[in-house]
Amino acid sequence: MLPSSAAIPFSAPAAPLAVSLRAARLVYGGLALFDGLDLELAGGCFTCLLGPSGIGKTSLLRLLAGLTAIGISGELHGDDGLPLTGRVAYMAQQDLLLPWLSVLDNVTLGSRLRGERPDRERALRLLARVGLADCALARPDTLSGGMRQRAALARTLMEDRPVVLMDEPFSGLDALTRLRLQALAAELLAGRTVLLVTHDPLEALRLGDRVLVMNGRPATLSPLPDLPGVPPRDPGAPAVQTAYRAILRLLGAA
Amino acid sequence: MRGVGRGLLMLAGLLLVWQSAVTLGELPPYILPDPAAVAASLWRNAGSLLGHAGVTAAEIVLGMLLGTLLGGGSALALGYSRRARRWLLPVLIASQAIPVFAIAPLLVLWLGYGLGSKIAMATLIIYFPVTANFYDGLRHTPRGWLDLARVMLPEPRRWAVLRHIAIPAALPALGSGLRVAAAVAPIGAVLGEWVGSSAGLGYLMLHANSRMQVDLMFAALLVLATLAVGLYFTVDAGLKWLLPWHPATPETAETD
Repeated sequence: MLPSSAAIPFSAPAAPLAVSLRAARLVYGGLALFDGLDLELAGGCFTCLLGPSGIGKTSLLRLLAGLTAIGISGELHGDDGLPLTGRVAYMAQQDLLLPWLSVLDNVTLGSRLRGERPDRERALRLLARVGLADCALARPDTLSGGMRQRAALARTLMEDRPVVLMDEPFSGLDALTRLRLQALAAELLAGRTVLLVTHDPLEALRLGDRVLVMNGRPATLSPLPDLPGVPPRDPGAPAVQTAYRAILRLLGAA
Repeated sequence: MRGVGRGLLMLAGLLLVWQSAVTLGELPPYILPDPAAVAASLWRNAGSLLGHAGVTAAEIVLGMLLGTLLGGGSALALGYSRRARRWLLPVLIASQAIPVFAIAPLLVLWLGYGLGSKIAMATLIIYFPVTANFYDGLRHTPRGWLDLARVMLPEPRRWAVLRHIAIPAALPALGSGLRVAAAVAPIGAVLGEWVGSSAGLGYLMLHANSRMQVDLMFAALLVLATLAVGLYFTVDAGLKWLLPWHPATPETAETD
């Protein structure tokens, strides 16, 4: 993907952290979107959560991120029995870049919020890794949508957390940019425990070590059979196409 | 360039209307002097007009600074602490509900005929727009940014979030407040001068009025208007320079 910077060492998490969420419950307007939902994220595994809009995927992800709101609850901890606080990085559909900061300062936002000295060297290495070496000092509004999402990916990696939660991070991009960013994310997030929420079956099949389908009301989670090959998979591969048709049938679209 | 041309055309039109009102209405100079008489007065009294304008400008600028500091501080306190909201919000609303006109004589009584009372008036009149706009901006930090900060921080650090996210995000709103402030601050200063003073354009206007020097009054008014417009555009340009990342304000975005 990026041969010029591929040789630069890039830190992977020390030990993968598995995540367990039990008895998750979301009541919205007197209606249970899900109730008694259990979710296990295997350590170091890229899990995709696939489901139609409005099913409660984002709420589930926010619960995992510790962004709790009224009506949502659940028992959440890592496989070491400790809470996840401070061990999660979050990437949303919007890039959430602060428009007054340079790309570099955006990438190091976390350390500045925590009152630590930002590691600019590492931030620059990460920016090179996502192909933004020349844009470190640019303001976000001068970047294209794809570049902005790359910067957001660099910011997510800069946090260097064992668990990465992503909420449809590529859905606002054009098809080609999306394919490139999916490949980049698969490469850079390898070894971390990732949950990626998406409504795009092909994205889930391309990226997921495991794919969970969230469906019904109250919603339940059902795993898809494991796919052959290592992500990022070719969206045109026969196994992917077969699984794609199976998902469409499952979701009642075909 | 087109903007300048439009401004000149507008000015010419206004002068034409003014002159025709004087000529066609056969108005005597002590009711409405014609533009030429005002221009002559402007030239004749340039020195004294400049002196008084300097006094008024100082009052306005100091009032702007003080009002911005007070308003900014109040908005920050309101945004930071619930207790401050409970105590300060009524004060903020009262500061706008009580007409400055009503307490102007009191301010002059307390702070004297000098600069103090006028600065206080200008401060008071801009306190509300600055505080209200900035506080509004602080309250409406986009939720996504706050979520991001919450995930990044192991334990809540309200001040860090305020400093790195909420305050910068609210600066454009503070900018709107400052633009309004720049437009109304001269009112405060001149009002203070009317109530009691020995210098300033407001004083000069009252003085000229009582001696039927209507041409001088108009000259002073012109200088005041120039001052106010100049202040507004200075503040506007300064804000655009300070907040280059903020999407252009409607007036600059409107290209035809």
